[in-house]
Amino acid sequence: MIFNVRTSGLHSLLLWKLKGKLCFWPSTCGLREIFTFNSALGKPQEKWKDWFSVVGLEVHAQIKTSSKLFSGSANKFASPANSLVSLFDCAIPGTLPVLNKHSVEAALLTALALNCNINLISEFDRKHYFYADMPAGYQITQQRIPLAVDGHLDFAVFSPAVHKTPYKKQSKIKQLQLEQDSGKSLHEESMFGSLIDLNRAGVGLMELVFEPDLKDGEEAVACISELVRILEVLGTCDCKMEEGSLRVDANVSVHKAGDHFGTRTEIKNLNSLRALSRSIDYEISRQIDVLENGGKITNETRGYDPQLKTTLSMRDKEEKQDYRYMPEPNLLPLNLLKLKLNPSDFRARIPVLPEQQRRLLMNKYQLSLETTIQLVNGGNIGYFEEVMGALPDLPVKKVCSLLLTDMLGLLHKDEKTIQQCPVHPHQFAEVVELVKNKTITHAASQNLLSILYHGDKRNPKQVVEEEGWAMINDSKKLEAICQQILSANPKAVASFRAGKTKVFKSLSAHLKKECNDKYDMGEATQTLRRLLEERVE
Amino acid sequence: MLQQLKSGGCSVQELYTLCLNRVQMIKSLNAYITLTNKISQVQLEESAQRYMKGIPRPMEGIPIAVKDNFCTKNTKTTCASKMLENFIPTYNATVVQRLLDSGAILMGKTNMDEFGMGSGTTESIFGPTRNIWGSHLIQEVNSNSEEAFSTPPDDFYISGGSSGGSAVAVASGSCTVALGSDTGGSVRNPASYCGVVGFKPSYGSLSRYGLIPLVNSMDVPGILARTVGDCRSTFDIIKGWDPKDSTTLQRPLNKSKLKKTSSKLSKLCVGIPKEFYCPELSSEVSEAWRDVADLLENCGFRVVQVSLPHTSYSIACYSVLNPCEVASNMARYDGLRYGYRATGKNLNSTESLYAATRSQALNQIVRGRILAGNYFLLKENYDKYFVQALKLRRLIYEDYVKLWSTGVDLLLTPVTLSDAPLFSEFNQKDSRAQSADQDYCTQPANMAGIPALSLPVRLSKRNLPLSIQLMAPHFDDETLLDVAELLEKELNFPQPTVKEA
Repeated sequence: MIFNVRTSGLHSLLLWKLKGKLCFWPSTCGLREIFTFNSALGKPQEKWKDWFSVVGLEVHAQIKTSSKLFSGSANKFASPANSLVSLFDCAIPGTLPVLNKHSVEAALLTALALNCNINLISEFDRKHYFYADMPAGYQITQQRIPLAVDGHLDFAVFSPAVHKTPYKKQSKIKQLQLEQDSGKSLHEESMFGSLIDLNRAGVGLMELVFEPDLKDGEEAVACISELVRILEVLGTCDCKMEEGSLRVDANVSVHKAGDHFGTRTEIKNLNSLRALSRSIDYEISRQIDVLENGGKITNETRGYDPQLKTTLSMRDKEEKQDYRYMPEPNLLPLNLLKLKLNPSDFRARIPVLPEQQRRLLMNKYQLSLETTIQLVNGGNIGYFEEVMGALPDLPVKKVCSLLLTDMLGLLHKDEKTIQQCPVHPHQFAEVVELVKNKTITHAASQNLLSILYHGDKRNPKQVVEEEGWAMINDSKKLEAICQQILSANPKAVASFRAGKTKVFKSLSAHLKKECNDKYDMGEATQTLRRLLEERVE
Repeated sequence: MLQQLKSGGCSVQELYTLCLNRVQMIKSLNAYITLTNKISQVQLEESAQRYMKGIPRPMEGIPIAVKDNFCTKNTKTTCASKMLENFIPTYNATVVQRLLDSGAILMGKTNMDEFGMGSGTTESIFGPTRNIWGSHLIQEVNSNSEEAFSTPPDDFYISGGSSGGSAVAVASGSCTVALGSDTGGSVRNPASYCGVVGFKPSYGSLSRYGLIPLVNSMDVPGILARTVGDCRSTFDIIKGWDPKDSTTLQRPLNKSKLKKTSSKLSKLCVGIPKEFYCPELSSEVSEAWRDVADLLENCGFRVVQVSLPHTSYSIACYSVLNPCEVASNMARYDGLRYGYRATGKNLNSTESLYAATRSQALNQIVRGRILAGNYFLLKENYDKYFVQALKLRRLIYEDYVKLWSTGVDLLLTPVTLSDAPLFSEFNQKDSRAQSADQDYCTQPANMAGIPALSLPVRLSKRNLPLSIQLMAPHFDDETLLDVAELLEKELNFPQPTVKEA
């Protein structure tokens, strides 16, 4: 762990003893695992009956720029320790910060996408605290006059495991500020000291401070997921939570109806959506337990342990931190117009954002909110649009059901994303067209998709012809099949006619088998029912 | 000197040897912390080559000294503190780099008060710097005094500070030009006591990159030289925008208002601010001030009495702002990455390591200011102290803006309240009281960011230099230098002659 900065008098080894400090290594968790409501808590809603929980989020998003916020060092994850450290980054005396214009551009674009008011002139402040991975003894941030204020983020909350139907929600954004990231400390129990890696020190961050508008882990996950989608569309942050390029702190409190907000605790450095959701729900539950048992909540910072699935107090706040903010004297106020960064130019550069996309889809195709959420939030929108554009007048409901149920099912089994789908959108469209023209049944189309997915090179029409999967549009033949089933199952027919309509299910299972995916199942079922009921009269 | 080098009247080797001898002769004055003989030998060879080939650079072969708070590549930069006693930067400060690039030869790094906190160069871990005036090294100079003054044994006249090492280095002739830094008067004060020209340019005209900061919003690199002309030549080399310092001015400085024809000269107006007549002002300085004012009038300037009503608040304001920035700037000295690190068995936490390192390696004045600064910046105190001080600074600044708008082009004031005090006298007062006396006349220029210059006038009864200060509007550095040069000619201040061994 040797510094590349060759300053003599610079200690080559950054090792020193440190008081036992808790340190949490979050599990790596991808963005796929979105719906993670904490089932370990049993039925939380019941226990929380009289309580209201309040959640406010703070997000640190690393700005995707090639160099750091105030120095020319590269900004790259997983580089050899201390290989991306300029003189300024390790706080060598006499060095000065120089603002990276690209960082400002990225933050400005993000602020506008989040509906913020832009401060044309903002200022930098020093926030002081001693920490081994904070080389200057202060962080340059924007406390008094941040780049942007008063924004909001609209998102939909929808986790089928919790709620059957989605609902819309908004979280207000108090401010968006530019600031420096710190380095990393590695505390190893087995070693006699700590190790410091300053590669991350000085990387540009956008800190987003949300108002306490949320109520639980599910909403927090929905909010952050939407933020991630926006940042990804903008390209201003790569949002790899597992690498720490997007980190979330959650402020949690509980209170009873009619009361003021309770004392809050802060859960720090949540590095996955699973941890975000679970830690918040755990913390709500913990606070309610404490209060119900006559205890008191103390204002403290807590960390989440993914193994124990609990939050733990990280440091005692007996010594209240006073950051002794002071204006940064080495930087001029950030004047956007002077830097030729006009917010109105940037507003025009904002691409279509997820919320707008969902609204467009609902209007254009008359889709349900639920379906648009699945299309947009799952990242399936590009594929969907390509399919819809491939052939005219495709039935949108059929496209959605085949795409969101069948195709995603196949992909999910192989842990693939829609971007890795081997079935070309045009092929997909042809399959849907075959269903639309009643050339094949819905069931046959599922088989067809599967065969194409697994690498069949023939075109869909050819497969249908060669495999003999064409739908039979002959109601006489269908009626004959139904008759045959009725005669083969006299007991069931008798029970049905005696009023035990439940047996219809078993009869239609027989029917499905006999139809062998070649008859329209809707029509087949109707025919069967008609025949059963006809004889009664 | 440059003229002589160029005309061949003196070779670079001769000049260098002369200066090197002086460096040796004045060792007892303790002006230098580090001598850079090895580096200067290499530079000397290149300079000689260039003169031979006829391709000298603008400052080719000029010996310089640099205050030990400017980073110098591969040369110790200590800030006269135990904290950085063994700190060797890997880079040159911009102003140093520009001097080296133009052919200047670095003689050494000069003594100072620890981190620039002091006004006598008495607070260095390497011991105080003694003034050459009144020392055994000085030859009798023409004095207007009949009385003979001798320095008491075991005592000496202070050099002033915090750039005292640079002032003595120049006054003794061990270099032609020296860099200092000026936050509250740290260039002008020792220049005044040592009888050299001390120029603090406009804030923003010189890069601070590589200058280890005291108060970022007031620090300005300064130039000490025997003549205004040398100051100007050096200033021309080092001034101008630096992409590494966001607070440097991107456009050129204002052109000089002084046209060298007598008819235009009369149109310049010099203000005499009445607030600078403070009770502590010595009669000798007061007389010198009045005489120079008369001199200017005789030269055709319009001299008027003016008022800068908030002048007396400057020191109080400074004593809040300075500790705040100091507290912040000093936070990086934790012993982890560079600098002194405490060792010991009981240092078993980051906090205890920090505490031991900082209390062992920073002197009491530095620690006192860190404590005060952190107190002023506490949430509950911030508005009461820091914000109030900022408001006061704004008022002081506006005093000047208003004054310039009434047609005043320059100000003439004292620099120091007296000639150089004896160490024993100076040391009786604590650091705050010293600062209140020493910085009274110089501090306001830092508050306002305006250029100011200390110019030696004549010798006092004690055979010590008496100086006067000129100030000009922000970025009117050229006017300031022109008027100073004009005065310099009229005053004809005697250069000290060092006794040859």
